[in-house]
Amino acid sequence: MVSQDTPRPSNPIQVPVHHITTGPQQPSAEEPIVEVEGLNAWYGHFHTLKDINLRIPRRRITAIIGPSGCGKSTFIRCLNRMHELVPGARVEGKVLFEGQDIYDPQVDPVEVRTRIGMVFQKPNPFPKSVFENVAFGLRIHGYRGNLREAVERSLKAAALWDEVKDKLHQNALRLSGGQQQRLCIARTIAIEPEVILMDEPCSALDPIATLKIEDLMRELTQRYTIVIVTHNMQQAARVSDYTAVMMMDEDRGGRIVEFGPTREVFTNPKDPRTEAYITGRIG
Amino acid sequence: MAPGPLPGGVRVTAPILTQTPLGRRHVMRRRIAAAVAEALLRMAAMVGIAALVLLLTVVTRDGFHRLSWDFITSFPSRFPEQAGIRAALLGSIWVMALTTVIAVPLGIGAAIYLEEFAPRNWLTRIIETNINNLAGVPSIVYGLLGLALFVRAMELGRSILAGALTLALVVLPIIIVSGREGLRTVPPSIREAAMALGATRWQTVRHQVLPAALAPMMTGIILALSRAIGETAPLITIGALLFVPFDPRGPLDSFTVLPIQIFNWVSRPQPAFHEAAAAGIIVLLTVLLSMNAIAIAIRYWSERRRQW
Repeated sequence: MVSQDTPRPSNPIQVPVHHITTGPQQPSAEEPIVEVEGLNAWYGHFHTLKDINLRIPRRRITAIIGPSGCGKSTFIRCLNRMHELVPGARVEGKVLFEGQDIYDPQVDPVEVRTRIGMVFQKPNPFPKSVFENVAFGLRIHGYRGNLREAVERSLKAAALWDEVKDKLHQNALRLSGGQQQRLCIARTIAIEPEVILMDEPCSALDPIATLKIEDLMRELTQRYTIVIVTHNMQQAARVSDYTAVMMMDEDRGGRIVEFGPTREVFTNPKDPRTEAYITGRIG
Repeated sequence: MAPGPLPGGVRVTAPILTQTPLGRRHVMRRRIAAAVAEALLRMAAMVGIAALVLLLTVVTRDGFHRLSWDFITSFPSRFPEQAGIRAALLGSIWVMALTTVIAVPLGIGAAIYLEEFAPRNWLTRIIETNINNLAGVPSIVYGLLGLALFVRAMELGRSILAGALTLALVVLPIIIVSGREGLRTVPPSIREAAMALGATRWQTVRHQVLPAALAPMMTGIILALSRAIGETAPLITIGALLFVPFDPRGPLDSFTVLPIQIFNWVSRPQPAFHEAAAAGIIVLLTVLLSMNAIAIAIRYWSERRRQW
């Protein structure tokens, strides 16, 4: 089992933020939590990801950017084995999480998804109360502690508590889009994953709600590793420590063409395609 | 001709089209075609409503005065004035209760398996096609199957249980099909959300998909059962009795049901029995329409609550 290799930190979530003082170095200098080696993915006969290699640094925000249809979402869905839920989808290669290949036949995908959580493009709260949305993950994993406290802690960590503390038993679908998305984040961190994958989490939100989520992401790097797919290059530049740029081949297969500290990728791209993309000539 | 809205939402101003005789004739022709079409369609809708109104009027006129507490609580009799539907009503209740207990878990289980668990391959497709075909098989064919399988091979005799098993076969495909439709109303994003939290497929179905799909599934179940309560042919085939002057007390007792009792009375020569039949039809229709009303109420209530 994966979980026996690395005990989880047991300290409660610390809210005050101190931005990372050491600026991002070359990714190779940071300790990786996820290492992707020679990853290929298919939908039926469509070879959608080609030979992806990436080291995702621990407790940093890694942004995946690139033009529409280049496989960004497919890629992060491969990181917690959500990709294979689509009929006809297939994966080859390795994704090492804390050194353990999550595609090893011994590994239970349910365990993988418990430790590598995911927030989706469109807020998708369960059609239940705010409380039940957060409590669900805890319940299914047999949480034995005080459920109310755990829910409150998660909602506070997702910067949502003050807005919903009086309507915990109201249907979550009545919250605003931005609140729903923060509820989805609260629901994800309730089960204390180590990595949170975010698939364009702000694309359905207005600028103010987007800003709240971005602030929240910065806070969450205290404890969590975040991988965010985004269409919005300003967002990648604002929020992420590292940026990977994906492009597609002539046959629409996606590859990573550049990966490095965000500042470098945006100010001094090494690949001409990256430069063309971030200056708006591709995409 | 005055400018104004034309059929099909076309709006023209007078000078452009009506200046030429061709344009005017064209507009006239289209107006007439639209009016004729609407009249025909309205007539088609009216035929159905008229049939229902006529049915209710005739039945009420013939049978309403026979309705009484005595009618409900009396056994059938060879004196039409004393005949009642007690045994048939109890028989219907017994059969429907057993049919529900048998068909609903099986049908919902099959629907959940096919919709949420089954791999998409040729075997599943064959099963799906066959279930859809079964939904169209005439119910008397199920009666023959029930006669051979439940009454004879399993030696259940002409019992309530044999009848309920047969009716369960009749409604099973309907419950499966409508159950799957209900499950499909739950958006895939809900399943993804649960799976991404590390829920197993069963936890996802049990805690998120089923509660969200319950109302549409219930609607389908009630409509399937309201079909079962009116079924006559398969029960006559397996040998439900025409004359039952006693209360059915257990699943292995012989029985009759409301539609068979009505059929029995209608086939008598005396007009007084026909009145009893009409009164029986009112009782049966009341039960049926109430079941449909419950289904509609559930659908209305769930659509108001659902907001995704």
